[in-house]
Amino acid sequence: MHELAVTQSVLDIALRHAGEQNARRITDLYLVLGQWSSIVDDSVQFYWDIISAGTIAQGATLHFRRVPAELVCLDCGQVYQPTGEELICPQCAGTRLRLRQGDELQLEAIDIE
Amino acid sequence: MPQHIPVVENILSANDRLALENQAELDAAGVFAVNIMASPGAGKTSLIEHTVRGLAGKLRLGMINGDVATSLDADRAQAAGAVAIQINTGGDCHLDAVMVHSALLKLNLTEFDLLIIENVGNLICPASFKLGTHKSVLVASIPEGDDKPYKYPGMYRGVDAVVINKIDLLPYVPFRMDYFKQGIAALNPGVTQFELSCRTGEGLPAWLAWIQNQVQDYRNTRS
Repeated sequence: MHELAVTQSVLDIALRHAGEQNARRITDLYLVLGQWSSIVDDSVQFYWDIISAGTIAQGATLHFRRVPAELVCLDCGQVYQPTGEELICPQCAGTRLRLRQGDELQLEAIDIE
Repeated sequence: MPQHIPVVENILSANDRLALENQAELDAAGVFAVNIMASPGAGKTSLIEHTVRGLAGKLRLGMINGDVATSLDADRAQAAGAVAIQINTGGDCHLDAVMVHSALLKLNLTEFDLLIIENVGNLICPASFKLGTHKSVLVASIPEGDDKPYKYPGMYRGVDAVVINKIDLLPYVPFRMDYFKQGIAALNPGVTQFELSCRTGEGLPAWLAWIQNQVQDYRNTRS
């Protein structure tokens, strides 16, 4: 739902970095999105096509790298990837968990010309 | 010649930076701020009304209400005795640091001890946008169902307290409190919790005491 704001930030960051390199064009953007970041790729792509128009990033390809959520059990140390409502440690049935990865919302790199 | 440029920036870093500036402004005036989040209809505004009335004469209270349209919530807070600023997000599903910044400019912060920011009703987007508040609170409610922590882990993971509202409806609604609390405990071990009903008033004193203690702790760490 907040993909427009997220996509606008992606464009701002990319244009800033491209500007520092005196780039003529941005051809590719590499995004890292955690499974729990609540971001829908298709929506980002939809907004991207609209808001990048007329900038040096127009027509650039968005690459999405999805990072699965990974939980650590604070009782036994087990690491696992939840697939549904599995907020219980599969090893010791512990219920105190910490998210180790999966909430990323990052622009990792851009390709420029 | 194509070039690969490493960026490695958090996409919402600009918002995060402005959130820090908001907090610096609040700190300069000595105002403790809370971000109240919930789904639509969970009882954010009701809880705020009770909070305004319950703290009248004890704390000077300011409000920022975020809503897609209308000023109904700000009107309710004002009627209860708070100074309230309404932000209409014009369709946006969350408040962000920019909107809060412009609202802060309209308030004379030195007139307040506590600033309550009522976010847009939504369990997804507000969790990603820091505002610069010192604490964030989630208002959950019995009729929403006991599966919400599992469905909205981002929201339940990032808050400092969970208020479980409408407990007067427990006899009428299938709601497994154990299951609900197990989800909270898994995502946010040890988080402060309140069970209350804004309708009957049950459980409200503990919430009011917590808010007052938070303001006091904030003052103590600053003096």
